[in-house]
Amino acid sequence: MLKRYNINRDILTLSAILIVAPFFFQNDFYYEIAIVSLLNALICVGLNMLMGYAGQVSLGHGAFAGLGGYIAVILGSRYGISPLFSIFIAIVTMAIFAFLISKPILRLKGHYLAMATLGVGIIISIVLNVEDELTGGSDGMSVDSFTMFGYEFTDSLQWYILCAFLLVLTIWMFTNLIDSPFGRVLKSIEGSEKAANSVGINVSHYKSIVFVISVVIATIAGSLYAFFSGFISPIEASFSHSIELVVMVVLGGLGRIYGAFIGAVILTILPQLLTSFEDYQTLIYGSIIIFVMIFMPKGIASVYEDVKGRVFASNK
Amino acid sequence: MLQINSVTKQFGGIKAVDDLSFRVKKGSIHSIIGPNGAGKTTLVNMITGVYRVDNGTIFLDGADITNISTNKLVYRGICRTFQNLEICENLTVLENVLLGFDKYMDKGLLKSCFRAKSILDDEKRYKDRARHLLGLIGLEKLADQKAQNLSYGILKKLEIIRALGTSPELILLDEPVAGLNPKETQEVSELIKTVVADEVTIVLVEHDMKMVMQVSDYITVMNFGKKLAEGTPAEIIKNKDVIRAYLGSGVVC
Repeated sequence: MLKRYNINRDILTLSAILIVAPFFFQNDFYYEIAIVSLLNALICVGLNMLMGYAGQVSLGHGAFAGLGGYIAVILGSRYGISPLFSIFIAIVTMAIFAFLISKPILRLKGHYLAMATLGVGIIISIVLNVEDELTGGSDGMSVDSFTMFGYEFTDSLQWYILCAFLLVLTIWMFTNLIDSPFGRVLKSIEGSEKAANSVGINVSHYKSIVFVISVVIATIAGSLYAFFSGFISPIEASFSHSIELVVMVVLGGLGRIYGAFIGAVILTILPQLLTSFEDYQTLIYGSIIIFVMIFMPKGIASVYEDVKGRVFASNK
Repeated sequence: MLQINSVTKQFGGIKAVDDLSFRVKKGSIHSIIGPNGAGKTTLVNMITGVYRVDNGTIFLDGADITNISTNKLVYRGICRTFQNLEICENLTVLENVLLGFDKYMDKGLLKSCFRAKSILDDEKRYKDRARHLLGLIGLEKLADQKAQNLSYGILKKLEIIRALGTSPELILLDEPVAGLNPKETQEVSELIKTVVADEVTIVLVEHDMKMVMQVSDYITVMNFGKKLAEGTPAEIIKNKDVIRAYLGSGVVC
């Protein structure tokens, strides 16, 4: 039964960690960091699908998350639509948007694709800054509280449970997806587009699908973040947020589902830990990233896999 | 089966393929040979829809397939391999072969996410078939190896095996033995003969004359994008034009 549904040691470990973690949270600040980590991890799991498995880079996912969040928030606060339904509309809108831009953009490869996604991201960021009647401009806008099925989210623990549940669910679904013929198609696109094409795979179609999936996940995370923090500003959609997400995925391990989670958690927590170093914070932050990439070029998750491999090899 | 009607492809001022016509008979091995730059690979790329045909038509069993893209042609029963190895090195050997069966597999998004029974059943069924194909080249034992760990010779054969997964009626092999040693070349020849015995037609582009003469039923010789000669291997080997194209037209003793 467990094997039939791919409920393996990894997903159980993750669930256990997420269940136990709140017992160590001393105050709301811990919760806040944890929730931001989980939401970043959510975006990264989707982004990893695009970058790690299908091999298509995106420097615009921060902007997509931000834009998705804005759509949900604006629908909620300006048009009085319920949060859950406005998130739903945001998802549909962003999915269509992603599908439309994916057609021309994903024809590009490598650096050119990076440039194009970067461009789209920056345009989104500028629009959010300039359209201040709708978005509140660079000051951002406050967001009404989040309700779901008439149940208001006021407590950090509620948010934590919601985000943790969503993350585990997404990771489980994506593990299955990667394990299926669909996942093999994605990997073949990274391996050799020509080969994929030669066996009848419509490469551009699958690139679009995976791009849309990753943008939808970013939209969900982006809008939940806005509702959670009660505030949204163009910083969520900024270039630096996009870069941060890419760094999380790469640092955690491209093409490793749990890598995205590890990278997101570490890079969300790290700046908080380093605040006591004040002026040297960025320097240390950068050094750690460089250090990790030199000694673990395949990401932090690859080290875990090596260890796991050795442990089980010695058991036999 | 395959009918090429005066096709032309021009790159800038150069006619890579110039008014070329020929027919491929069902169930035969039809080789296309010619000196470097004769337009052989261009021709394969035109047949498989990689390049647009400037002029002329291509028919498969009476149906026009001119300028249909490679991935759609797979559903018409045409599959190809590449001159430069195109193997997914990030996948295992078995997964590479499974890719060949991709067109038969259910890839519904929600079904995949929730591991529907149809997805699991498909995977199991085609894994068995993929293993069977690997058996043809004695690779069952390496099935779970990453493709990047294998030698060039094995991967060249793997590409042909992958193509077989699509159950093609026609396979275009673009230099399948380039860079292989005599033993490996012999193995590929055997494989090709096995494939043809199953009523699959093969178009073979190759430089290895020994191999071409050994396996071909019919040969078309190209030079500067034009058809120079065609016939059975025995006819081609004696053809004066062909000898001149390959050995130069110097002093004839």
